Amino acid sequence: MAVIEAIDLRRTYRTTTGVLRRRPLEVEAVRGVSFGVEKGELFGLLGPNGAGKTTTIKMLITLLLPTSGHARVLGHDVVEDAREVRRRIGYVFGGDRGLYERLSAYDNLRYFAELYGVSGHRQRERIDEVLELVGLQGREKERVEGYSRGMRQRLHIARGILHDPEVVFLDEPTIGVDPIGARDLRQTIADLVASGKTVLLTTHYMFEADALCDRIAVIAKGQIVGEGTPEELKARVVDGRVTEIEVFGVEAATVERVRLLDGVTAVAVEDRDQKQLLVVQGTGERDLTAPILGVLDDVEVGRVSSREPTLEDAYIALVGE
Amino acid sequence: MSRARIIWSGFTTNMKMLGTSGFFLLTSVVQPVIFATIAFYMFESGGRSGTLLYTALGAGMMGVWSTTLFASGGMIQWQRWQGTLELGVAAPPPMALLYLPFSLANAVTGAYALAATLVWGRLVFGVPLELAHPWLFPLALVATVLALGLMGLVLASTFVLYRYANAMANLLEYPVWIASGLIFSTAILPAWTRPISWVLPPYWGVLALRRAALGGDVWTPLGMVVLLGAASLAISTVTFRVFEHLARARATLSLT
Repeated sequence: MAVIEAIDLRRTYRTTTGVLRRRPLEVEAVRGVSFGVEKGELFGLLGPNGAGKTTTIKMLITLLLPTSGHARVLGHDVVEDAREVRRRIGYVFGGDRGLYERLSAYDNLRYFAELYGVSGHRQRERIDEVLELVGLQGREKERVEGYSRGMRQRLHIARGILHDPEVVFLDEPTIGVDPIGARDLRQTIADLVASGKTVLLTTHYMFEADALCDRIAVIAKGQIVGEGTPEELKARVVDGRVTEIEVFGVEAATVERVRLLDGVTAVAVEDRDQKQLLVVQGTGERDLTAPILGVLDDVEVGRVSSREPTLEDAYIALVGE
Repeated sequence: MSRARIIWSGFTTNMKMLGTSGFFLLTSVVQPVIFATIAFYMFESGGRSGTLLYTALGAGMMGVWSTTLFASGGMIQWQRWQGTLELGVAAPPPMALLYLPFSLANAVTGAYALAATLVWGRLVFGVPLELAHPWLFPLALVATVLALGLMGLVLASTFVLYRYANAMANLLEYPVWIASGLIFSTAILPAWTRPISWVLPPYWGVLALRRAALGGDVWTPLGMVVLLGAASLAISTVTFRVFEHLARARATLSLT
């Protein structure tokens, strides 16, 4: 039996728009997501901002009720048996928030140890263990408001695993952390899995998912658009080529015309200061440079190159479909 | 999981946080002195019957209520801002148990307002501090502070559902002062307001304190304080459970 099961999960946010005449507005954040995570597995939920990753994870950790569908964690329904789910999971949100700023790291951990039923005589020992695991020993008496983002993130992880949960949910744990700090955090996550925990990780960093995850589900616009091991996902685009063109002020309509070219499977535009990089994926070995430049006839063009696809291209192809 | 340990841990945690909040400390220290000064001058210029101590206790209770109200209302909103409200909801203990010690810590901090008012009144305005029932006064004070904390807990539960808690807290400050007879006697209010006064712990609390200080039946208002405190605890247990469920359905636990 899967440790985490999501079955056709849906979540709609209802809000209003307008000032004088308020009109109801519905946003479908998650539209029928299903997946399963096995014991000891590190499963990645990968997708762009606003894809529905955080909404999905919040339903699984009982902070949001699904509009429809079901989810179970360790066999417990996240709606009907929320208390039991909460007792047995740990979760970590990315970002600065989610800590008592005016308390020390030690006081933060001691309070949460109490909430999660870590016995009094075990608290000190356990707090020392998690502080060492995340590399914050020696800094635990300082107030959190003076912590760097990387230190906060490590404290988040320490709090999330304080009660030694069987399942850990990590929502973009390395967001905004500098490269060295992010690398240390990834090592900490790998250590969690090595210690036998089941981990569900959301991220929009492809390399992070590639480095850590046993399996990945790519989510876009509230739906899972691809699932498999990193190798299986890469295999989806290995038979194509990627053309990269520097452009200056390309319009959305022009990008759409490139997308409609014969042989083009995906197009992405990356902002690079004053210019943009147009990343065009095509099928087969056919060189698409000439037809793309034909469409960009009235656009100022810079460097043009063609290369083999990477895992990131697989991701772009999936979310762009 | 020991409930007593959770309550003690929550209480000390919130006391530490309140103790390091410059804004909260400044408000708590300065506001009661302002209330007391205004009340004493009103008493002097109004030529009203009663004693200075009667006025001092009302002014002190104004501070207790204001501190409890803003700290309890702000508690949920502040936790939402710093992202810890979701951590509380996702923790195994029921929310009412989680926030009970926070609310009690707020009320205990508010009790300082009463003490500060009495000391200020004694030093600057010469308020006599002789108590008719010296043993019942501390009992009435503890019961009143606890009941106000529990009333704050009921308010806090509604703020779980609504993101604009501070606005609601602003609306509730003056009406409770007036309906509880903290500034002037409720006898001059319209008769239809009486039932509102009777369900407010500050109404019975200040009555118990005034009678303990100046003489009269203390036990009846004290009993009402205890009863309303217990009712507040029972109500908040239900409202926290219901509002938590609604907040999970409406997605109001976080700012985004």
